[in-house]
Amino acid sequence: MAENIKVAYWPGCVSRGFTPELHGSMALVAQKLGIELVELDRANCCGAGVIAEHNQELADTLNARTFALAQQTGLSMMNICSTCQGAQSECQQRLDADSAYRAHVNEALSGQGLSYEKAGDGGWTNKNFLWLLVEDYGLDRLKEQVVRPLSGLRVGPFYGCYIVRPKERLGYAEHPDRDIYLEKVIEALGGQIVEYDGARKCCGFPVITMSRETSLRQAGTHVGDAIDAGADCLVTPCPLCHLNLDMQQPEAAKVVNRDLGLAVLHLPQLVGLALGAEPKELGMGKHIASTRWVEERLTSGVAA
Amino acid sequence: MAEYKIKVRRFQPESGEGPYWEQFDVDLDPSLSVLDGLLQAKDKEDGSLAVRCSCRAAICGSCGMKINGQSGLGCKTQIGEAQEQANKMKAATGVTAAEASSPIGAQAPEAQDAVRATGQEEAEQSGSRTREAGREISGDDERVRPEAEEAAPIIIEPMGNMPVIKDLITDMESTHWTKIRRVTPWLLPHGEAPEREYVVEPESMIDITQSMACIQCGACVSSCLSMEADPDFIGPAALAKAYRFVGDPRDAETAERLHDLAEDPHGIYDCTHCFSCIDACPKGVAPMDQIMRLRRKAGEEGIEDPNSGHDHEIAFVKIIEKKGTLDESLLLQESFAPGFKGKLKPNRRAIREMIGSIPIAIRGIKTGKMRSLRKLIPGVHHKLPDQDDVKAIYRHAEEHNEELNLYIRGEESDDAQPDGAAAEEVTNG
Repeated sequence: MAENIKVAYWPGCVSRGFTPELHGSMALVAQKLGIELVELDRANCCGAGVIAEHNQELADTLNARTFALAQQTGLSMMNICSTCQGAQSECQQRLDADSAYRAHVNEALSGQGLSYEKAGDGGWTNKNFLWLLVEDYGLDRLKEQVVRPLSGLRVGPFYGCYIVRPKERLGYAEHPDRDIYLEKVIEALGGQIVEYDGARKCCGFPVITMSRETSLRQAGTHVGDAIDAGADCLVTPCPLCHLNLDMQQPEAAKVVNRDLGLAVLHLPQLVGLALGAEPKELGMGKHIASTRWVEERLTSGVAA
Repeated sequence: MAEYKIKVRRFQPESGEGPYWEQFDVDLDPSLSVLDGLLQAKDKEDGSLAVRCSCRAAICGSCGMKINGQSGLGCKTQIGEAQEQANKMKAATGVTAAEASSPIGAQAPEAQDAVRATGQEEAEQSGSRTREAGREISGDDERVRPEAEEAAPIIIEPMGNMPVIKDLITDMESTHWTKIRRVTPWLLPHGEAPEREYVVEPESMIDITQSMACIQCGACVSSCLSMEADPDFIGPAALAKAYRFVGDPRDAETAERLHDLAEDPHGIYDCTHCFSCIDACPKGVAPMDQIMRLRRKAGEEGIEDPNSGHDHEIAFVKIIEKKGTLDESLLLQESFAPGFKGKLKPNRRAIREMIGSIPIAIRGIKTGKMRSLRKLIPGVHHKLPDQDDVKAIYRHAEEHNEELNLYIRGEESDDAQPDGAAAEEVTNG
């Protein structure tokens, strides 16, 4: 159980773009947890569903390349983005379902000395940090690492669609609890779970450029519901959700016509706080919605 | 046989009262359906409990409802499985009967008011957050008196995104059927009708078999998260139906249909890609996948929609071809104002959207989120070291453009010979 975990790490595009605090906090938290990250710095964008919408084979081949780069390291793969998880799982499902199609896709990679191989049971996997934390690292081991329990901190989970649906594609047959892992992690870190309507709903991000009002109404409604349920913050394993819930929060507030102002933490940031990291080290100052209230809750008597 | 508690959201318009929760005790085999449980309650306890049903075998599509927050058919959901789901959500959220006056379902309305342990009291004491009282249904229904250590009740609600007529019966006309009619759900062939039937190649119809499987139950409409935010969204059922005709080789108005669906601000580009309809559909229609096919066809048709849907798609695809990873600022610029021979071509909406994004950028610069040139200036983003490999993938995929539809093809068994003997792929383009 205490074996070291080493993974091929795909950080995704957004964690190195508009949410740099996610990339930084993941590196810090991995070090604290003793998870070794071998970064796939030559891998490409997962397509976020948009490339698959344009040309399915293109999306499948691009992700087969990423999988093959990971397989070259001899390690299973970890991502830190619900959208990467969902988009990549979709491509992997098609690649794994049909050997002739897989061979056809691999033909495009052969010139690069790459090939994606379907893994047998218990073989190569691609897991979001959330899944890895619960299934491979283990909640008991996580609890042992907690030096600053988040007691008194009321946390609303926000999953991101791509990591909870469709169930049939995302391994729920083998891991039926994947849609309650955030609750389990919040509890393991000593925080309080806030139940509200939006936890498994859509942040609206995919249509922010096409249907702005639909998009921001979704984000604003969920943030508002979490506030009404007494949340101090939200936590999400998806940086795209973070863009709509945090970066767009002031705009969402205008659409739903109410005051918002709720901190939205990336999953590694929440874990990092419990492991004793300082908010500044975790990049929490980079957020648009202030995280000061979260910091106050943790340093005030409530957290003791 | 096993005992279950089913908690039903009830509403009788003639009473003049709002909706309320009522719990029934039923006793049936775990392999029987939630609908069977409801019919037993209606039979033994309250004959006025209204539920629409007919075939009880997932064929007629009458008994759409929400079970523990999940839209689907009452007759296709085993009550034993529904119980497991209810227990799981109760255990996860930790709300016990003693803390909440009525136990919690995944997305049951009263769930919004439940805060774990003492969180609720603290929230009130600290005064830092104000809580809104008086939601649609108050959580203090006296008919429900769950005792500690009991299994969680199975939460049953009428379908969402449509008006409730009585108890579990919703008005399918005002939303579902109106939207279905909106997409002209019949064949529009040109020219003289043939003397006998239309003759088409069987292969040319394979692509639309998935959308033809729809039984009009409305479960996808009930689950649609875009429609929750925008009730005018044409929605998953109607758009899947639209694809059924767009993909039909006998139809002669494909382009007109695509223009209509792409240019409507509540059309194909209003789908937020949340997969809810895929999980809700009892027949594997996967409406969202059909919407993505409509977008692809609209792109192939060269439709420049005013929603920037096509521009966004093309911008995304081209950026990855050029850079390998996403250049977010370039995506924004190109989505609204695609460059053409070095000149930007923004329309009025694009200019408004771009001006609207200035405060977001300023906030991002202030916090340090976007404090670098490559994040702010479109096109400065670096490319991958072996970007030529990515470009080679583009060339290969654009040549073939294969679509592997697992609904049609199915998954091969693990012991299948990798000799490519499977049926040919549906080729698109």
